Amino acid sequence: MAEYEPVIGLEVHVQLKTQSKMFTRAGYQYGEPPNLFTNPVIMGLPGALPVLNKEAIEQTVRVGLIFDSEIADVCKWDRKNYFYPDNPKNYQISQYDQPLCIGGEVEIELPGPSRNIMGAHRMVKLERAHLEEDVGKLTHGESDSLVDYNRAGVPLLEIVSKPDIFNTDEAVAFLNALRVALSNAGVSDCDMEKGQLRCDANVSIKPKGSDVLGTRTEMKNLNSVSNVKNAIEYEIKRQTEVLEGGGVVTQETRRWNVEGAYSVSLRGKEDAHDYRYFPDPDLMPVKVPTEVVERLKGKLPERPFDMQRRYMEELDLPYTVTSVVCLDGSLSQYFEKALASFNKPKQIANFVVNDLLRELSAAEGDGAMPLSQCKILPEDLAGLVKLIEEGVISNQIAKTEVFPVMFETGQAPSAIVEEKGLKQSTDTGEIEGICAEVIENNPKPVKQFKEGKEQAINALKGQVMKATRGKANPKLVDDILRKLLTS
Amino acid sequence: MDIEYVAKLARISLTEEEKAKFAEQLGDVLENFERLNAVDVSGIEPTAHAFPVYNVWQEDVPESGFSPEEALKNAPAQRANQVVVPKVVDDA
Amino acid sequence: MSTPIYFQTAAELSDALASGSVTSRALTQAVIDRTSAVESSVGSYLHTDAEDALKQADASDERRAAGKALSPLDGIPLSLKDVICRKDHPLTAASRILKDFISPYSATVTEKLQAAGVVLWGRLNMDEFAMGSSTENSAFKSTANPWDLERIPGGSSGGSAASIAAGQTILTLGSDTGGSIRQPAALCGVVGMKPTYGLVSRYGLAAFASSLDQIGPFARTVEDAAMLLQLIVGHDPHDSTSFKTEIPDYREALKQEGPWTLGLPKEYFGEGLDPEVRAAVDSAVKFYESKGCSIKEITLPHTDLAVPVYYIIATAECSSNLARYDGIRYTHRTETAEDGIELYAQSRGEGFGEEVKRRVILGTYVLSSGYYDAYYLRAQKVRTLIRNDFMTAFEAVDAILTPTSPTVAFKKGERSSDPLAMYLSDIYTISTNLAGLPGISIPGGFNSDGLPIGLQLIGKPFQEAELLSVAHAFDSAHDYNRKTPNL
Ligand SMILES: [Mg+2]
Ligand SMILES: [Zn+2]
Repeated sequence: MAEYEPVIGLEVHVQLKTQSKMFTRAGYQYGEPPNLFTNPVIMGLPGALPVLNKEAIEQTVRVGLIFDSEIADVCKWDRKNYFYPDNPKNYQISQYDQPLCIGGEVEIELPGPSRNIMGAHRMVKLERAHLEEDVGKLTHGESDSLVDYNRAGVPLLEIVSKPDIFNTDEAVAFLNALRVALSNAGVSDCDMEKGQLRCDANVSIKPKGSDVLGTRTEMKNLNSVSNVKNAIEYEIKRQTEVLEGGGVVTQETRRWNVEGAYSVSLRGKEDAHDYRYFPDPDLMPVKVPTEVVERLKGKLPERPFDMQRRYMEELDLPYTVTSVVCLDGSLSQYFEKALASFNKPKQIANFVVNDLLRELSAAEGDGAMPLSQCKILPEDLAGLVKLIEEGVISNQIAKTEVFPVMFETGQAPSAIVEEKGLKQSTDTGEIEGICAEVIENNPKPVKQFKEGKEQAINALKGQVMKATRGKANPKLVDDILRKLLTS
Repeated sequence: MDIEYVAKLARISLTEEEKAKFAEQLGDVLENFERLNAVDVSGIEPTAHAFPVYNVWQEDVPESGFSPEEALKNAPAQRANQVVVPKVVDDA
Repeated sequence: MSTPIYFQTAAELSDALASGSVTSRALTQAVIDRTSAVESSVGSYLHTDAEDALKQADASDERRAAGKALSPLDGIPLSLKDVICRKDHPLTAASRILKDFISPYSATVTEKLQAAGVVLWGRLNMDEFAMGSSTENSAFKSTANPWDLERIPGGSSGGSAASIAAGQTILTLGSDTGGSIRQPAALCGVVGMKPTYGLVSRYGLAAFASSLDQIGPFARTVEDAAMLLQLIVGHDPHDSTSFKTEIPDYREALKQEGPWTLGLPKEYFGEGLDPEVRAAVDSAVKFYESKGCSIKEITLPHTDLAVPVYYIIATAECSSNLARYDGIRYTHRTETAEDGIELYAQSRGEGFGEEVKRRVILGTYVLSSGYYDAYYLRAQKVRTLIRNDFMTAFEAVDAILTPTSPTVAFKKGERSSDPLAMYLSDIYTISTNLAGLPGISIPGGFNSDGLPIGLQLIGKPFQEAELLSVAHAFDSAHDYNRKTPNL
């Protein structure tokens, strides 16, 4: 029996983070009451006309540059005609045969052998990326449906991969890479739960080694990473069974049923929509000026995986830390800001990855607190590390006494140290007295140390720290203990 | 012309008489259109706009629009500030 | 006997209002009374609101009294074709599908007229969605030609022309996609002008064919048309096809006296041209020659292709533009539909009239899968050839002189059973729209039955000032524009 291998192409729709809509200046915010963000254009009233959003075009050019796409000399706008109640004009303005971005590639990382070992990287080729408008939202009731047009007209960036993805891990990695790159670039929050990133998957299978693509099916509107994974896996299995049973795969559009974890045919090729694309006479074509492309090129964010490689090589950060920091745009920006004010990457990364993320996810409210709401300024986090490095407080005091207060109140670390009297003692006389006392009261480790057992000094240090409630400078304690023990 | 198919695509219900009448009349019209096939259009750019201008766009500054009441003023059926439609399947 | 006030020109009334010899209230009341007296025989209006008009008139009189007139046309009654939005007023486009629609916003031209203090009077009958040449396609009433009530007023802006001819208003606006301003102006013996595509904003004009539609003025004289054009032109950020261009003083420009070089396209004087119409053009030629103009025969070789090109482009665009009238958000909704698809088809089947259905079906067909290249794309290419013909001609001439319509007004019902014959009657006007050029129809005399004959002048893009001055030279030297029908 022939072995089959899948070939997958993804079409990803991403809502851009603009202030106004794609073809009119109505505003938009997620989660507001119904029909609060409409105007004559959004409602598709007689006589209403579209006008392009310049920012959406610039954001798309940015995305194109990030993925090394060619920015089209001229792109135009087309109408995709189909009737549906969430589509107010009954055509969607999109870009059919002259998209804004052509080609390009996205670097993906596959899962490594274990969580702390980097996986293999490869480039997934893009077909194109173009701009279009989102539709409204339908809520289905018992006997009828309700339409809210708030979301209608929000800029959608559609990114289409080539059939260059060969298993579900790669599909998931592709989506993650897009998410990271787009949120790092500040063009979208890519929150799948809010529908800011939605995915359609084209799946076919072919005999292993064959160059001929099989018949593909299209899975619509997969709106979580696990849906994407499950739906593709299901489809590969289904198509394999069809072929192995001697059948043929038919070209069709399928819908994924989340609850039942299966897909059903929505419509076959013969019922495929006849969209009657034609150039929208209401909109003029776009030639992105060279100056604009150059200006945007100058402001591109570092690519996430480039940043990760740099952090590992230049800052000597471990893979596990970089894969947390670099793959979250807001976190890496936060980290870079802190680093700019005090250059101790390892120590700062440690606080960011461990303490900060822990507190954010433990914070009250649904889900983790977004970093944007965190009260600790990156400069203050750097200040905290500086206090440790300068011996003003110990690492332990910093973590247990200072950091939680900073998170709670947003106070500067030095103020907290001052207020709570946490400054570690560098009073040599006082520490000497305590050290002497500890030596006297702990003959056993003293003896062991003198016999050459180096670690035995730690027990003594612990006692000193305990007696000073952690405020003694550990370096100073070490020096004094050694001096007293060897004299 | 497959009048049934086109009417379905256009979402217009037609009576049998209309279908027969249109099929005949539009047949004549399409025959008249045939004259275009005699024209040599090789190398000719299509005119989509009488006077094309590039980059007609606006800055991304939101403007106030309709209140939900204004937006739905003419709606044939509404509830909870939304348009009511017969139940539909997701077939976008 | 002096001319009744409702038959006076806007220029005369502007002076009278300025001098205080007449008030806007008196003028508006006279127009209202005249409308009541002849409306049952002419049938120009779909909607009138006397109280609303008089309120505007009173406000205008107050401004005049305070020396704060907003424009020379402040206080002069003007009616809108029922396809141009005015906030909180009905807009039906003469279609059952919009029977109860109240526009929640105003067209840009409407706002401009209000800012100029013009008194907005009634809403004018037309062919449904501007599709037709006789105003017989209105869902609500038929309009008669004031010169012979058995005959059609032309179309689609039949009400806009007939109401001026009948003294039911002083000025009107119409829209012209393939001759819908110029042809009814010709058949009703008034002036009607289609400006260059992009000179007047289309925002708030219910679209028929977006790449061809243009709003333009109707008036009794060329001078009045110039004064009205002045108020409605200019770049509009809400219309992406609106052109940024220097706006001259059109009335001032009428003082230009030429001499001009006028072209006579030989293709416009062939078969089907009524000899009496031809004779009127010949005498206009003699007039211009007597004014020192030179007359040249020119050729527009692709003229015979204009009808198919026009009907492919216009119907394709209209099939998409009219998709928004769907029974969902604001239009007529059928009471009998069981499901979503039926709701669309039945609402539209019940709401649209025969000609609209015919054109939407035709337009849907030419865009449907497999036909786009053969019809729409090819038509756009031939459109280029038609445009090039004009551009070549304008290298040798300043304006082109033609008949507006091959015949005078025909009898009601005479052509309504043969759409192709009806389509062919637009032969002299549609090329102008395809090329985007300005065109004006002026009264050129009467035939032996006393029916008006129109002369068309076509100008260079955005050279309305010159075109108006050529037209004014003839119009001001003849008294055709002072003749009024016996009603
Ligand atoms: Mg797609
Ligand atoms: Zn899309």
